[in-house]
Amino acid sequence: MPRKSTAVDMTAMCDVAFLLLSFFILTTKFKSPDAVEVVTPNSVSTKPVEAKNVVQVIMDKEGKVFFSVGDESVDEKAQIIDMINEGKSLNLTEQEKAAFTKSGSYVGVPFAMLKSFLQLSPDQLKNYKAPGIPTDTANNELSVWMNAATRAFSGAKMALMVKGDNNAKYPSFKGVIDAFKKNEIFKFSMVTNPEGVPEGTALSQKRATGAKEE
Amino acid sequence: MAEMDTSSGGGHKKGPGVKKGKKLSTRVDLTPMVDLGFLLITFFIFTTTMSQPTAMKLFLPKDTEKPEEQNKIKASGALSIMLGRGNGVYYYEGELAPDGSNFKSSNFKDIRQVIINKKKSTNPQDFVVVIKPGPEATYKNTVDMLDEMTINDVKRYAMVDIFQTEIDLMRATEQSGGVK
Repeated sequence: MPRKSTAVDMTAMCDVAFLLLSFFILTTKFKSPDAVEVVTPNSVSTKPVEAKNVVQVIMDKEGKVFFSVGDESVDEKAQIIDMINEGKSLNLTEQEKAAFTKSGSYVGVPFAMLKSFLQLSPDQLKNYKAPGIPTDTANNELSVWMNAATRAFSGAKMALMVKGDNNAKYPSFKGVIDAFKKNEIFKFSMVTNPEGVPEGTALSQKRATGAKEE
Repeated sequence: MAEMDTSSGGGHKKGPGVKKGKKLSTRVDLTPMVDLGFLLITFFIFTTTMSQPTAMKLFLPKDTEKPEEQNKIKASGALSIMLGRGNGVYYYEGELAPDGSNFKSSNFKDIRQVIINKKKSTNPQDFVVVIKPGPEATYKNTVDMLDEMTINDVKRYAMVDIFQTEIDLMRATEQSGGVK
C-alpha cells in the first residue's frame, strides 16, 4: 500500500488568512503621532470623540498648555494665525505662517516667542522644551487664541476639546476654563479613555434599563 | 505540501488514449504565502487601537454679577467636595461651620457612598454638589469627581473656586494625616 501524502491543501487557509488580513487593514486607524505626550484619565462616558472642526487644548503632565487645530481645518488655521499676527503685530513671514498651517502643528509658547518657535525645523521641534501658553489671570494668552479660533470657526460648529494629562495640576485646568469663559464658551469636551461603570450605582441601573442619558 | 487543484475543469478526465504534450504543473506551494498572511495579520492586530478615546461633556455656568441670573442654592441641600494633595477628598454638608467641625476627610472610594446618602436624604430639588478642586489637586482628580457625578446621576453640580479657609483646613488635615 502506498504511503498517503501528508500534503494539505493550503488554498482555504490562505483565503482565510487574507480575508482576516484585509479586515484588519481596513479597520486599523493608526494613532497619529502626538505632538505632546499625554496620558488621559478614564471616564464612564461612551460618546466618541468628534473628528471634525477640532480645536484642542492640551495640558501636559507639568500643566503646560498647548493649542492645536485639527488637520482638516486648513483654512481656519490660516485665518487664526493671520488674526494672531495682526492682533499682536508679530510680523510673521509667509513661511512662518505655513509652519503653523501644516498638519500636526501645535503652539506651546507665549506670543513673544512665537516667531522663533515657528522657525524651528521638525527635528529641532522634537527636542524643543516648550514653556507652554501662559494661562494665568494677569496674562491669559490662551484666551486670545480661543478668541481667534471662535472667529475663524464662526458659522461652523467648533468641537472644543481639552486633553489633559492625569498629573496636570488643577490650576492650569482652571486657567484653561477661564480662557474659555472669557470668550463666552461654556461647553467643551474632555478627552478620556473609556472605563466600565461600577456595579450597583445609579448610572449602571440607568444603562441596564436603557434610560436616556443626558 | 500545498497543492492547488487544477484538474477540476469540468469534472471528467481525459480518455486513456488521448495524449498531449507534457504540461507543466500549475500547482504552487502556498505555504510561504500563508506564513506571510499570518505575519501581517499579527502585525495589524497588535497595531490596531481598539478602544477609541471618548469625550466627556462639561457645561460651565456663566459668571455673572447680577443676582437674578445667579442660580440660588439652598445651603441645606449642598454637598461641598474638596480635592486636595495626594488624591485626598474632603467634604462637608451645608455650610462650613466656623470651627470646621463638619469638615470631614474621605477618599475616592468612600465619597460615592457619601454622595448617595446625601442624595437620598435631601429633597431632589435642593440637592446640589459643589466641587472645589484645590491647587494641589490633579486633573485626574477633577475628571474623576466629575465622572462620579455622572455615575451617581447627580443632576446639579458645579465647579467652584476653593476658599482660602478651606485650603487651610485641608492643609491642616493633610499635615495631621501625614500626607505629603
